[in-house]
Amino acid sequence: MARNVLVVAEVRNGALRPVSFECIAAGRLVAEGGSVTAVLLGQDGAFAQELIQRGADKVVVVKGAGLAQYTPDGWLSALQAVAQDVRPDVVFTGHTGIGRDLAPRFAQRNGAGMVSDAIDVKVVDGQVVFTRAIYAGKAYAKQVIPQGQIVATIRPNNLAALEPEAGRTGDVAEVAAPAADLRTVVKEVVRQSTGGVDLTSAKIVVSGGRGVKSAEGFAPLRELAQVLGAAVGASRAACDAGYCDYAMQVGQTGKTVTPDLYIACGISGAIQHLAGMSASKVIVAINKDPEAPIFKVADYGIVGDLFEVVPLLTQEFKALLAQG
Amino acid sequence: MEILVLLKQTFDTEAKVTVEDGRVLDDDVTLVINPYDEYAVEEGLKIREAVGGSVTVVSVGDARVDEALRRALAMGADEAVRIEPPAGADEVVVANLLAAYAKDKQFDIVLGGNVSVDTGAGQTALRFAEILGIPHVAAALKLEVAGSTATVHRDAEGDTEVVEVPLPALITAQQGLNEPRYPSVPGIMKAKRKKIALLTPADLGVAVSPQTQVIEIFQAEQNRRNTLIKGSAAEQAKQLVQLLRSEAKVI
Repeated sequence: MARNVLVVAEVRNGALRPVSFECIAAGRLVAEGGSVTAVLLGQDGAFAQELIQRGADKVVVVKGAGLAQYTPDGWLSALQAVAQDVRPDVVFTGHTGIGRDLAPRFAQRNGAGMVSDAIDVKVVDGQVVFTRAIYAGKAYAKQVIPQGQIVATIRPNNLAALEPEAGRTGDVAEVAAPAADLRTVVKEVVRQSTGGVDLTSAKIVVSGGRGVKSAEGFAPLRELAQVLGAAVGASRAACDAGYCDYAMQVGQTGKTVTPDLYIACGISGAIQHLAGMSASKVIVAINKDPEAPIFKVADYGIVGDLFEVVPLLTQEFKALLAQG
Repeated sequence: MEILVLLKQTFDTEAKVTVEDGRVLDDDVTLVINPYDEYAVEEGLKIREAVGGSVTVVSVGDARVDEALRRALAMGADEAVRIEPPAGADEVVVANLLAAYAKDKQFDIVLGGNVSVDTGAGQTALRFAEILGIPHVAAALKLEVAGSTATVHRDAEGDTEVVEVPLPALITAQQGLNEPRYPSVPGIMKAKRKKIALLTPADLGVAVSPQTQVIEIFQAEQNRRNTLIKGSAAEQAKQLVQLLRSEAKVI
């Protein structure tokens, strides 16, 4: 069954987000002969070609000064206008700050069912089947939307994007944003002071627990993260102790992460923390206590003092990455 | 100020999840107020303490949910309402039930959790706002109400956006918004005497069908290498980096 797919592409820090390419790849998979349209809201056309190279058949660029900063009303009305034109059977966004804010209202406005935070998308016997984590990864559910339009947010880092295809061509349309009454007004945006990598889409996460002992104790972890281009996370114990901000918390409360590499430093491995990170591809645990439960879920364990081991690791990685 | 809090009961986050015969066993599990909804309850109480008014908590769920509602009453909520769920209720159904309850009640502010720690979908509260046609601000880290406007500091993937929104509005709580209070002994005694109102979908005139269907629930065992790296700290560091490159191939 051919399906027309609409993907909401996102730009962050001057580049298309990898999850947008992952959404396009998922779109190609479920399109089965239908077309994949990517929509860029509040951007100029500069990124359109890249989306086509990654598998989009068509790109719609919605221009409007009010879209540069995300607001639910602005983006929803612009997306709604594009959807009325494209008439998609399936709409995908990344499970990002914007996607998770936008998609539920879009689904409700269109009477559509929605699957949040899918980690896998397949077509089984003609039906689109989503896999998602429940209880933050303590179990998984397969979910379908038997009738009508399908809306889903896709978790970053879980589906493979298509390799860019240099000669690929497609239509690019530019449209003006519809007039919208923006009820929420963003007065100010305070950028995160760590200047860091976004935790939920990072390929590598370095996390600290109670074992970091203080706010200053995160310094060696930040240095390691810097060398690796990694995000810095934390356990609830570290957040509760005031060593770091709750925005850094990984766990069932806090963020669920699925990086390629998760380095847990001074984290004992409480069940609620494990729920948030145990789907990481490779897990490293560094802890003084050989009995810490974190070692049971680790691929590589080092029993030792993180303040001794982590700086040495930073040196080793630096040397390795310098070799290329 | 009339304040409504949307509340869900969930497993305690320290609970082990067991899947048997394709369903999650919930018989011997400690149930709690979804932690994000508990921040919403606390914030509702703080607003009431600052500007007056009342706090109503509403939840869709079976009789066990009374315990969570009772706790919210013990924390200080004024009224509690439980709505019986129809079979197979998904986010669409729950949002419609909650919206049908709220629609003619003139609430000034509706609070909920940013996400629930069980299904983790983060849809219900936003669908609720869409049904009622009110604006929303999600993932609040700080909330100030002045007159008919709320100013919200919201978490936007680590950045903080300062957003102004006219009331009535829905605001969802992110971790860090506040520190929920423990119920006091007098609060617990008072809550015991309060009646929890019970409504059915028929009472609310809601006959919405679920739009999603769960076809399988399973648990996946991750096969971990469990390699313990020995030696001096310097040797351990060197060996780990080599293994990550040559064996795990993640660097």
